[in-house]
Amino acid sequence: MQNYVKPKCTNKTGSWRSQKPVVNKEKCIGCGTCERSCPDMAVKVVDGKAVVDYDYCKGCGICANECPVKCIQMKPEKE
Amino acid sequence: MTELFLKGHRACAGCGSVLALRYVLEALGKDVIVVNATGCMEIISSQYPESNWGVPYVHCLFENTASVATGVSRALKHLDKEGTVVVIGGDGASYDIGFGAVSGAMERNEDILYVCYDNEAYANTGLQRSGATPFGSATTTTPSEMGGKGEWKKNLTFIAAAHAVPYAAAASVAFLPDLQAKLKKAKQKKGFRLVNVHAPCTVGWKINPVKAVEVARKAVECGLWNLFEIDDGKFKLSRPVGEAPVAEYLKMQGRFKHLTPKQVETIEEHARSVKPELEKLEKANVNFQRFL
Amino acid sequence: MTEKIMEGSIAVAHAVARCSPDVVAAFPITPSTHIPQELSRIQPEYGFEFVPVEAEFSAISAVFGASAAGGRAFTATSSQGLLLMHEVLFAASGTRLPMVMVVANRAISAPLSIWNDWQDSISQRDAGWIQLYCKNSQETVDATIQAFKITEEARIPVMVCFDGFYLTHEISPIDVPEKKEIDAYAPKGKRDSLDVGDPKSFGCYATPAYYQDMKKEQDDALFASAGIIEKHAGKFAEKFGRPQFAFIEEYKNDKDAAIISMGSLAEEAELVADEGLAGVVRVKCFRPFPRDALKKALQGKKRVVILEKDVSFGFGGALATEVKSLLFEAGLAPEVTSIICGLGGKDVSVKNIKEALQEKGSAWM
Repeated sequence: MQNYVKPKCTNKTGSWRSQKPVVNKEKCIGCGTCERSCPDMAVKVVDGKAVVDYDYCKGCGICANECPVKCIQMKPEKE
Repeated sequence: MTELFLKGHRACAGCGSVLALRYVLEALGKDVIVVNATGCMEIISSQYPESNWGVPYVHCLFENTASVATGVSRALKHLDKEGTVVVIGGDGASYDIGFGAVSGAMERNEDILYVCYDNEAYANTGLQRSGATPFGSATTTTPSEMGGKGEWKKNLTFIAAAHAVPYAAAASVAFLPDLQAKLKKAKQKKGFRLVNVHAPCTVGWKINPVKAVEVARKAVECGLWNLFEIDDGKFKLSRPVGEAPVAEYLKMQGRFKHLTPKQVETIEEHARSVKPELEKLEKANVNFQRFL
Repeated sequence: MTEKIMEGSIAVAHAVARCSPDVVAAFPITPSTHIPQELSRIQPEYGFEFVPVEAEFSAISAVFGASAAGGRAFTATSSQGLLLMHEVLFAASGTRLPMVMVVANRAISAPLSIWNDWQDSISQRDAGWIQLYCKNSQETVDATIQAFKITEEARIPVMVCFDGFYLTHEISPIDVPEKKEIDAYAPKGKRDSLDVGDPKSFGCYATPAYYQDMKKEQDDALFASAGIIEKHAGKFAEKFGRPQFAFIEEYKNDKDAAIISMGSLAEEAELVADEGLAGVVRVKCFRPFPRDALKKALQGKKRVVILEKDVSFGFGGALATEVKSLLFEAGLAPEVTSIICGLGGKDVSVKNIKEALQEKGSAWM
């Protein structure tokens, strides 16, 4: 058995959520604050708008709290 | 960009330490070798048979990370291999159990970049008090029934300065460009460099995860955590010392809920005394590498 | 082969330097101190990284790190220093990293003692390291050189033990092979290590689903290392022209009685064997425990007397315990006497050993 492992992670943490961030694309100014503030690298600015990776987003809400234009709303996961 | 730190790590939702970690790797790039202490960052990223580390990584124990890094650094030098040796340790590993090893590595000026993520408690084992826990904070070994921690916080950044290291800096996850600039500067230097990052723990500080970055900002704004560098022995503030009332910061956190008005007053007095003292230090142009 | 009159520790230091280590990290502790001191003195000649760390656990940790980075790494210690390394010993063997440590056997506190016994290394026998006990300084030099080959092939850390003061400070004629000869015997190879070109993670945490299997694999590897130990002892003997003992050494073992011991105490027992009173079976390789070799050597014995400088409090001597268990496994039933002696440097003379032959059961001498 080797004494090391290569980089690999198949753990989709999106299942942890009890609330999820929903981006209002019209209000979003693509500043990237959400992308920079996400501990899980689960939101990225793509073509000037924030896009959430729901496979990994844990629903912490930092992005919503930090967004300078408040275009991200935290909604219950079940909705 | 090859992922330096893979998604799917097991940190708590809103973890300030893993956010710091992200910035550290992004600022330093892929030619680093990470030496990680036992603790939150290690546990959330190294569960066999997977690993979230997209850079070379070694974990040994809790208290010996600075020593393991010493060995890695010396071997790389002798073997003429590439890579900046970056230690990632929490406040437990750095301020307390690993303190002797950290001090030894600092004194020998080993060529390592030490990043401490300070979440002000032994988070991974259930949030017991550490040398980095601030005055008044409730932890599982300084519970609110006891009035929280009775002692003040150890200052690792100044301890590094007292070892005359080439670079020691205090940073925060709420001030990202500053953190990244400090990491990049540290990377360019040789010898022992410390970047001490204040990183909120949602579980330990008892905050709503959405406020994780905001609370770190408030800590700096009220002067309880300060951003500065001691670069080649010279002290320099990275921004004016915060003057906001500490109450704004304390009331965001459940770990301070039990504080008496007297305790809040004590903390406020302390925070207000920091500004004149640090300003005096900066003005005096003292060189830590000279007089020690 | 050129013998020079040398102090044991000094000879070991020169042997280590000639094995081209990349990193040597050490903290001083009597009686192993002369090894790192000499290494620091000759460092400019050899060019290895010498790290005078602030504690023994830092020494072994730096060795761990250097090994993970692909380097050949070494440290030396004794007694309290070895105990301070205890946690890291397990991490090193569990992470399957090659490294060599020389232990100058010394008694353990409390009370404080700087003098020789085996309690320090014996108490680490569960840590998963290969353990070799040497009878004289020449054997220690030879075993240390072989250790670098063994550890790199087996991926198991190796501990070479020799008696504090009796051997570390003994001045005798010793041949330390030339560097170029050692380079030919023990060249460095490539192995998986920390490399920015190919990221790997060493040192994970394992859930119950995995942990036990990893430990079994480690145990299997330690048993299998016997083959590697024997191979490199053979190659060394061939290249350097002196016999090597991989597992045990039998001296005049043709009597009904056999004395079992280790290290310099076993060499002293040879003087008793010379008088025809008993044979000597010296255990050289304590881990992996040399079951097969011992079973063979103890066939037909009517009496076995085990002399050792250690005790497992509340039970008995470690060597005796393991030998007795082996005898039971092998269906052999000689009369067994277990003697605990020489603790904290207490003198064990030839007269004492002869008296031990008359003891029954268990005794302290």
